[in-house]
Amino acid sequence: MICSSSVHPFATPDCDSCPKMRLMPAPQALADAPNLPKPRVITTEPRLSDKVFRAVVTAGGLSSLVILGLIAVFLAYQGFEILVTEGLDFFTSSKWEVITDEYGDVVSYEFGLAAMLVGTMLCALVAVFVAIPVSVASALFLSFYVRGKLKAILIGSVDLMAAFPSILFGFWGFFVLMPRAEYWAMLINKYLGWIPLFAVDERVFTRSPFLAGLVLAVMIIPITTSVAREVFDQTPLDRVQAAYALGATKWAMIKAVALPYGRGGVVGGAMLGLGRAMGETVAVYTVLNIVYDINWQILFGAGGNIASLILLKFGEARPLEVQALMAAGLALFLLTLLVNFIADFIVKKSGKKGR
Amino acid sequence: MSIETDNPLPSKEKKITPQPQTPWKTSGTERASSLIFILAAAAASYMTVALTPMKGILPLTLLFFIFAALFSFIRGNRSRGIVAGQDSAAGVVMAIGMFVALLPIASILYTTVSKGLPGLHRGLLFNDMSAATPTDPITEGGLSHAIVGTFVMVMISLAIALPLGLLTAIYITEIRGRFTRPIRFLVQAMSGVPSIVAGLFILSAFVYPITKTFSGLMGSLALSILMIPTIARTAEEVLRLIPEDLREAGLALGGTQWRTVAMVVVPAARSGLVTAVILGIARVAGETAPILLLTGGGDQININPVEGAMGSLPFYIWKSFFFGSEEAVARGWAGLLVLLTLVLILFATARFFSTRKVR
Repeated sequence: MICSSSVHPFATPDCDSCPKMRLMPAPQALADAPNLPKPRVITTEPRLSDKVFRAVVTAGGLSSLVILGLIAVFLAYQGFEILVTEGLDFFTSSKWEVITDEYGDVVSYEFGLAAMLVGTMLCALVAVFVAIPVSVASALFLSFYVRGKLKAILIGSVDLMAAFPSILFGFWGFFVLMPRAEYWAMLINKYLGWIPLFAVDERVFTRSPFLAGLVLAVMIIPITTSVAREVFDQTPLDRVQAAYALGATKWAMIKAVALPYGRGGVVGGAMLGLGRAMGETVAVYTVLNIVYDINWQILFGAGGNIASLILLKFGEARPLEVQALMAAGLALFLLTLLVNFIADFIVKKSGKKGR
Repeated sequence: MSIETDNPLPSKEKKITPQPQTPWKTSGTERASSLIFILAAAAASYMTVALTPMKGILPLTLLFFIFAALFSFIRGNRSRGIVAGQDSAAGVVMAIGMFVALLPIASILYTTVSKGLPGLHRGLLFNDMSAATPTDPITEGGLSHAIVGTFVMVMISLAIALPLGLLTAIYITEIRGRFTRPIRFLVQAMSGVPSIVAGLFILSAFVYPITKTFSGLMGSLALSILMIPTIARTAEEVLRLIPEDLREAGLALGGTQWRTVAMVVVPAARSGLVTAVILGIARVAGETAPILLLTGGGDQININPVEGAMGSLPFYIWKSFFFGSEEAVARGWAGLLVLLTLVLILFATARFFSTRKVR
């Protein structure tokens, strides 16, 4: 059957004379020649080296799971006592104090994270709301308005900014942005102060959540921009060209094709940025005034931030307070994990849709 | 000529065969009108600032943007109707977005270079701060201890993070087992772990129960937690680019999967993996929060990672700025300039390796 005459014109119908078969010794000949190696047993079972390889790689691959699990376990273990004694108050009260007597023994303590939680969310939200329009506009600009060398240079600069260390943003924010942003905050308060969000009780504008949000916005713009740009770059070319063929201008094409297609990517990128903004420490610490009261006025110079609180209190913290800080770290960890999970979900979902 | 024989058209009509024309270019009038339009927007914003109580660079820039969008709308509207007007205004708005996104980069680079340059001197790279206090004149002392400390810590964390990150990437791209999707998500989640949480974790898992002292090793452990996701994700992207043919060829030659990965896939992705390593280093070189919690921040050169406080660039910068005096702040900016230069060099090297062809 295999040696049909169409394949081998000179082959006889007899299969034994097929050139392929002739290479193989007959079973009888094999048994007669003890020097020949035994034919390998064909099996789907992986070799030993592959088994070891797969085990090692799988173990290494699971390291992220192990590390994340250990982080949660150890922080929970260290913060357990505080979480139990404070109970739900840990998240609803905003007092953070340890009262000691003259010998340095702890008389009473109260740890509440409410102001810090609110402040963290507030700063991060300001950052995201500032960063989204800028990121979407620049992502669209990079995807549809420039090409060639200029595009490569612009993308390179945005990526470069993503590699800047946060301490650089922190001190740039402190020395360069803060004096200006204080003035902007005054302007916003003067002309838009009738909106409750921009109202302030006292005219103190330094080191406000607004300012911290601006610094964070500068930090997350590269991330949100590059996520949005990657999604916009994947806009199906046939749809883009169909829009142009129907006579659409570039803006009409963006409105009708690119924005609906990339919406999920933009939202997911914003969530990723939100996660980054919530966990940022030094850049916020340098420009935010930590106050243990819930403050919803974004222009007022008082805010809270879990990460900054940890850095601020850690230096002089006693063992008891360190435990409270561990619990705070656990809260921050779970919060960022949740936000990242949602972001991942949204990006994945948008990637599947409409392709 | 063979073309003539192929040409179905009679030779009489060949004269009107369309010839390739020069590509479309902006004409001189159009360029002039664009220039006038920009000048008009600049003039209008300047006039508004001059005539109204608004003062300063900020309203000038803002008004320039508003006028530029407005004028381009009017221009498009006059020449080709409202749709063209909207289109050209949208183009200006996108360009503004790009400008606003790039403005901080320019400002950060300019500020760091202009404020950091006066603090640079020859001794900076060779002296440490053991004999000098931050308030001494800037020519006293230096940051050699910080550079050495950062180098030691980054190398230790690389030694931990590179195998783990690479194995994770290989698991995702080569083994493709049942954990592939969860692991991809976990790596993503790990890259979102706040750096201070990594610091707290090392504090709770190692410093308090085991070592009881701050040291460089503790800092590097925290840094490696932050480095793993960067290396894993970059390496995964690179390994994904390796053509499937290479793997199949390796297996077809009778190689086991281990031999195929070790001798075909990974060597083919070498330059990309170098990029992954460099990006990982750049990610952690300037990381501050865990360093502040864990290393103790010494003032003299200490190359022993398990004993004694270890200085590092971020710690040096942090300490200098919080000292507050003029000399200390100058030191801080010089430190930032050194750190920024380091990151820039790393970034440029990563670019160099990643733009080379894979293989």
